[in-house]
Amino acid sequence: MAIDDTVRLGVAELYAAYADCIDDDRLEAWPDFFVDQCRYLITDRQSHEAGLKHGVIYCASKGMLIDRVTSMRRVLMFEQHRYRHLVGPPRVTRVEGGVAEAHANFFVARIMHNGETSLFATGRYLDRIDVSARPLRFIERLAVLDSQKIDTLIAIPL
Amino acid sequence: MSVQDVRFDGAVNWPSNALSEVPFRVYTDPEQYALEQERIFKGEAWSYLCLAAEIPNPGDWVATTIGEVAVIVARDETGAVNAFVNKCAHRGNLLCLTNKGHGREITCIYHGWSYDLEGRLTGVAFEKGVKRQGGMAPEFHKEDHHLQRLRVEELCGLVFGTFSDTVADLHSYFGEKVVSGVRRVLEGRSVHIIGRSTQILPNNWKLYFENVKDTYHASILHSFLTTFHINRLSMPGGINISDDGGSHFSYAKLDYAAEDADYKAANLRSDTDLKLQDNSVVESVDEFGDQISVMILTAFPNMVLQQVRNTIAVRVVRPRGVDKTELEWVHLGFDSDDEAMQERRLRQGNLIGAAGYIAMEDGCVGGFVQRALQFNDDDSGIVMMGGHEAESQNFRASEAAIRGFWKKYRALTGV
Repeated sequence: MAIDDTVRLGVAELYAAYADCIDDDRLEAWPDFFVDQCRYLITDRQSHEAGLKHGVIYCASKGMLIDRVTSMRRVLMFEQHRYRHLVGPPRVTRVEGGVAEAHANFFVARIMHNGETSLFATGRYLDRIDVSARPLRFIERLAVLDSQKIDTLIAIPL
Repeated sequence: MSVQDVRFDGAVNWPSNALSEVPFRVYTDPEQYALEQERIFKGEAWSYLCLAAEIPNPGDWVATTIGEVAVIVARDETGAVNAFVNKCAHRGNLLCLTNKGHGREITCIYHGWSYDLEGRLTGVAFEKGVKRQGGMAPEFHKEDHHLQRLRVEELCGLVFGTFSDTVADLHSYFGEKVVSGVRRVLEGRSVHIIGRSTQILPNNWKLYFENVKDTYHASILHSFLTTFHINRLSMPGGINISDDGGSHFSYAKLDYAAEDADYKAANLRSDTDLKLQDNSVVESVDEFGDQISVMILTAFPNMVLQQVRNTIAVRVVRPRGVDKTELEWVHLGFDSDDEAMQERRLRQGNLIGAAGYIAMEDGCVGGFVQRALQFNDDDSGIVMMGGHEAESQNFRASEAAIRGFWKKYRALTGV
């Protein structure tokens, strides 16, 4: 079944805006990319393929996303750093009942406050997106890392 | 060559016999690191290997490490668990190249030597030569070239191994107190893995192992619970330390009913307080019926068993050089978990691990110490909180368990 080009364009815009939001350090706006009853996970390929639901970050509501941001800003101790996302072109594989399934690859560089830059994470977003209303919002976003190894810590969402 | 024959001329000197002084060079010195590999990880200590549940069937094996040494843990046809070095007796090639597998034998890819799941050499390719030419020398006997085996014992589904022929049995090694801590969480329950990940820590392995034993820092460095008014610091707790000092568990109780009332009150509190939007990240049940909400157990030298509310995890500490450590998190569920408990463990999983609300800081703080010690490690740090001894205590503002670590460490390394 052909997928409407406006859906494809909308998803592409959503992915780009999401990455900008994080990379520009506008994290307070990050939860708004999700519907209220959402799921956001950082997991890894091996765990995902084994059907494990556990995530290094596991958010099952928009409130939990907001709590992540509040904690990061106000509570948790870590060295300041930022990300630079490179998100490949999204592929929308299915649209049904106002929900699109889509995925895209990502590379994320981590830039420490002292300028030290490293390739922090590679992987794939696996998404279910509410395309029945504007703006498009994630119902589910899985950030599936290629590797099970994480350098030091994850404070900022991917 | 026995351990005692290894000379470590440059090993670190202690400023005194006190357990409460720790020379900083112990975290930076490459010779000290090599000495630890010999005398601790290959010495008189039991190291955690894997969960029995990871190798449930005959033929199952996993490849892991003790310290930096590659080992294989395999369940043989009789159902017994064996461990042996992951190194072909022929040319020293790594035998198992993946983390886990299954088979009746293990065959080296290099020259086709094969071993059974007890580590016995059973086959040598072209042993008799090809067309009556070549072949192994007549004095070669396969039975002289089995893989080096480790002693293996299990405790509540945790598999441990040691290179030592002389170290006491596992139960005696950990002692009654620490064994009771393991039993509290795991005995009579069948576990499965609900998630796993590995954190790369930019610091010496001991800085992490001490951090886990450090009951002093918990409510200071990790401010998540206090910020959101969900921790009652006055609740009773304590530290149990094994007689040799090396292993321990600390625990703290929680008034679950009072906390629940607090959540409700929090919704009425002034807006100046930070509030969680979704309390499910901490909403826990008294799973073990003893009000203990946090139990952190260390098994010297490489394992942590944790219960943080309803999260259960094994953490494996793997040294990877003097200033690098791999910390594997193996998150556990029990087969008896209902759906609500499964979801609870997943949500509370946000508390722990590389992105954990009360664990994230432990991932970086060791690295900060390591950086501060760069060419600035001539003096010593102090661990005097709660005295100078390494005895069990019924309070937690103490560094007793850290002192216990050094007691065991110095006994094994002879420094």
